[in-house]
Amino acid sequence: MACAEGAIAAGCKFFGGYPITPATEIAEHMSRRLPEVDGVFVQMEDEIASMAAIIGASYAGVKSMTATSGPGFSLMQENIGLAAMTETPCVVVDVMRAGPSTGQPTKTGQQDVMQAKWGSHGDYEIIALAPSSVQEMFDLTIEAFNLAETYRCPTFVMTDEIIGHLMERLTIPAPEEIRIVNRKRPTKPPSEYLPFLGGEDLVPEMATFGEGYRFYATGLTHDETGHPQADSPEHQSKLVMRICDKIRKNAGKIVKVEQTFLDDADTCIIAYGSVARSALSAVVEGRAKGAKLGLLRLITLWPFPEDIVAQVADQVDRIIVPEMNYGQMVREVERSAGRKKVTFIPRLGDALHTPEDILSQALH
Amino acid sequence: MSNIHNPIETSTRQGMIPHIWCNGCGNGVILGEFLRALDEMNYDMNKLVVVSGIGCIGRISGYTNTDSFHTTHGRALAFAVGLKTAKPSLKPVVISGDGDLFAIGGNHFIHAARRNVDMTVICSNNFTYGMTGGQSGPTTPIGAYTSTTRYGSIDHPLNLVQFAAACGATYVARWTAIHVKRIRDSLKKAISKNGFSFVEIITACPEEYGRKNKIPDPIENMKWLRDVSEFQASANPAEAIIQPDKMVVGEFVDIEKPEFANSVWDNIRRIQADLDKAGRTTNVTL
Repeated sequence: MACAEGAIAAGCKFFGGYPITPATEIAEHMSRRLPEVDGVFVQMEDEIASMAAIIGASYAGVKSMTATSGPGFSLMQENIGLAAMTETPCVVVDVMRAGPSTGQPTKTGQQDVMQAKWGSHGDYEIIALAPSSVQEMFDLTIEAFNLAETYRCPTFVMTDEIIGHLMERLTIPAPEEIRIVNRKRPTKPPSEYLPFLGGEDLVPEMATFGEGYRFYATGLTHDETGHPQADSPEHQSKLVMRICDKIRKNAGKIVKVEQTFLDDADTCIIAYGSVARSALSAVVEGRAKGAKLGLLRLITLWPFPEDIVAQVADQVDRIIVPEMNYGQMVREVERSAGRKKVTFIPRLGDALHTPEDILSQALH
Repeated sequence: MSNIHNPIETSTRQGMIPHIWCNGCGNGVILGEFLRALDEMNYDMNKLVVVSGIGCIGRISGYTNTDSFHTTHGRALAFAVGLKTAKPSLKPVVISGDGDLFAIGGNHFIHAARRNVDMTVICSNNFTYGMTGGQSGPTTPIGAYTSTTRYGSIDHPLNLVQFAAACGATYVARWTAIHVKRIRDSLKKAISKNGFSFVEIITACPEEYGRKNKIPDPIENMKWLRDVSEFQASANPAEAIIQPDKMVVGEFVDIEKPEFANSVWDNIRRIQADLDKAGRTTNVTL
């Protein structure tokens, strides 16, 4: 509900989705709320269609989203690639459950975080955020829409079953207090409009279908006019580098983390999502016992906050990464942490790490 | 430049021409008659969005001087559902092939037709996957040779007219690429419809289907389509036989029923009116 209300606060006017545990509540809430705010809810025939439909709605000029879990996220990957290639602003919420395949539908997990980055074929970049509370579910859904619109890029809210079903206090600010970003509109008349010309920030201006711009978008490699360039090596490298660089070169503006007790820490725990709550308890308990623990909570998963992790790695002796999977973001941490010792704590099963699970490793 | 009115010249994206299609391909007929139909209708080209999938005919969205989107394989209809419901003033026209619409995209066809989403779907049915070199597809006749049915196809093919009618399309017609004038008139009807309309156009593929089935010559392909076409005796989809020696053409469905995007927006207005009456802004306890 916090996610759905965040989407509505962000100006979402189209939801296309397919029922799946544990994400169905978002679709149910959107089906009641969207008609009240001139928004369209369509229950599609599958997740492939859901992803295609939100791209269609985005090209019709409205902010659009879908919500799913692992099996549906797998089906969406094809058109996530299309959204990246056609630079479509849209938001996908993945309420992660335990996989692979059907796995444990009602149990929690963080097993899709690498799929979020690498799930579709080819080179592209996306943005992914990981909320740790109900309030953040609301706030980061708004942020996801703002980032999608700013960078014309599919943006993911990677949450998990625990945060998805958590009940806690939510403050919904007055509409005028919420920062809303809308896509850059064309500044030139249709005869001069280049739909895929990157601006200074490498992001093109976006016209809407039906306004007279009569432009063409394709999943084929294309030039600035949108025309296919299926054989040209120059256009392939130019386009792919731009759609990657618009995120990579703006990573400093996109990335958000939360640092707790890191100033004098010798051991840093790096966590995200619901696991970061256990990690915070572990840090607080450890501090009470005199251990110099700190927490780096990743709010942005992709682009990966590699510079911040590298800085933290320089300050501490040791890094601990608890994740509800068998080793995913820890690989990015290891890549960014140089030769610093990184200890991974996997958790597969019905619940997240307890603070004791993390603390016993930290004090080890 | 001559003064003769040529809708093909003004309605195509000139930077994209010449097209990629082979000699004898029926796709050029579809492009030409589609644009002539729109011209004769004086259609507002700013309200029309051409959407296509993957395959030879999938390139058509690049050739029409309209807003247009070239989706992933099979997903044109699902894209069009999102587009149409989000902005009902637009008319999507999906133009794609038999493999795209009925193999990989078959599920989307069922549900877009079932819901009666306002759009026109034009299928170029050439009995094969032309762009990948002539493999068998969902409409390949039994016994036909393709690059993946070297001993002759053993699959039962799908009858697209019967399928579209069963899914709930409100207008269903079949023509072959030699029925130029009928295609144009039929497309005018299909595009005017407020609902899901479907026009199947049998197209020859001399290069990838004809060569493997003893009709490699473009002209011979056109003669084949002419000789086996039979005009329907009635508007009953059950009689819409299609086989290599007999293709029944004509209009098979022309009915009216509530359109999906209209219903979506009628609902939105009704829900908001009820809220206003009740003096509330939402039905949900926040």
